[in-house]
Amino acid sequence: MRIEQHPILDFPERKPIAFTFEGGPMLGREGDTIAAALHANGISALSESSELHRPRGFYCAIGNCSSCHMVVDGIPNVKTCITPLREGMAVTRQAGKGAYR
Amino acid sequence: MIEKELVIVGAGPAGLCAARIAAEAGCRVLLIDRSPLLGGQLIKQTHKFFGSEQQRAKTRGFRIAEALVADLKPFGDTVEIWQEATVVGAYPDSVLTVWTNGEYRKIHFQSLILAVGAGERSLAFENNDLPGVYGAGAVQTLMNVYGVLPGKEVVMIGSGNIGLIVCYQLIQAGAVVKALVEAAPKIGGYKVHASKLRRLGVPILTRTTVVRALGDSAVKGVVLSGLDENWNPIPGTESEIACDAVCVAVGLSPLYQLAWMLGAEIPYVGELGGMVPLLDENRQTTVSGVFAAGDASGVEEASSAMVGGRLAGLHAARFLGHLHPDHTAIDTECRAQLSSLRGGPFGAKIRAGLKKAEVKVHAR
Repeated sequence: MRIEQHPILDFPERKPIAFTFEGGPMLGREGDTIAAALHANGISALSESSELHRPRGFYCAIGNCSSCHMVVDGIPNVKTCITPLREGMAVTRQAGKGAYR
Repeated sequence: MIEKELVIVGAGPAGLCAARIAAEAGCRVLLIDRSPLLGGQLIKQTHKFFGSEQQRAKTRGFRIAEALVADLKPFGDTVEIWQEATVVGAYPDSVLTVWTNGEYRKIHFQSLILAVGAGERSLAFENNDLPGVYGAGAVQTLMNVYGVLPGKEVVMIGSGNIGLIVCYQLIQAGAVVKALVEAAPKIGGYKVHASKLRRLGVPILTRTTVVRALGDSAVKGVVLSGLDENWNPIPGTESEIACDAVCVAVGLSPLYQLAWMLGAEIPYVGELGGMVPLLDENRQTTVSGVFAAGDASGVEEASSAMVGGRLAGLHAARFLGHLHPDHTAIDTECRAQLSSLRGGPFGAKIRAGLKKAEVKVHAR
């Protein structure tokens, strides 16, 4: 959920960015990373572990832990925590290591 | 192959300061960072920093980041910056591979400064991989940079300064901190931060650990347990707390991988957070021309990262034949600042660690 009021920081209204998650429409805001936009929409499970298919969310948010890897516009292993959201992106959960088609 | 004189990996406090001083000395610099924003982890620090005026104390971290970026503006012609660029490989023949804009680029450098920072440690407990279990830094990034709350009710694990500060920032952002959990008998960070939390009514549970996160596809709670003097869970002391996020603040480990790929000697130094490159007194690793600064060479505060970055930039410049006009004065000043920052009882651990990670004579 978005923070509406903060004693120190300003989060001014930013331009909405339309993208899809798992095929359905979703809105983020300009300046969001993909993972931040998903969290703002209540989505914290970003991928699935390769062996036991357990849901995974990000852990570090700085491009380090690989737990946020998702398939973006058909490309797997996109670090969604440091990748800016762009208009029209198609974002899907990644299962395991991801495969290039 | 792209030829570059000085490459600095990481645009946090160390990298930005190194870039500025090296540019002042006359180097042509390429600064590379994987994030879309410059400033490293300063961009999510909303609190005012301790230290002295020289390290911009009493200024909020994200404002320090803005100031350091502004400091590079006069050097727009000589400092090139690649953002959203990840260095994925480093080779002993002075080559880096960088993934950016959907392609790999190869760079040959004459000198390199590794200012790559540190990564968050995890903690072993059942279900620690559930979505909703975050590193404390990740929570800070999400809420303070992107304005998104990770949860409404949070349990914090670890009471070092990061754990304490992030608890306070969660409350400022509108979340409820259900408990602050610490395995040691007393809190790890500064008392001034802990007192703030006490005044706000956050339960601080010492000699306690998390044994399990609850939930199927996302965190719904945690199970805590008391610990005995030998750090073993005490049977019968388990208790459950409902929450939708667990924040793990159990410290950071330096990111040593690029130094390792280059063949630098990297001992394990627990006091500095893990594997760190051996450095000579001018912050050069055992690989000639490769320097390190900031948390990458030992986890400390942003203030020491800034000063260490200046020192690394100064000496990388000298290595390249660009002697800064004020070389000696800046060198002396930086060393004095570092000793002052590392003085006192809180610096004892760092001082002990740095002794182990220092090489007197350049090895190669």
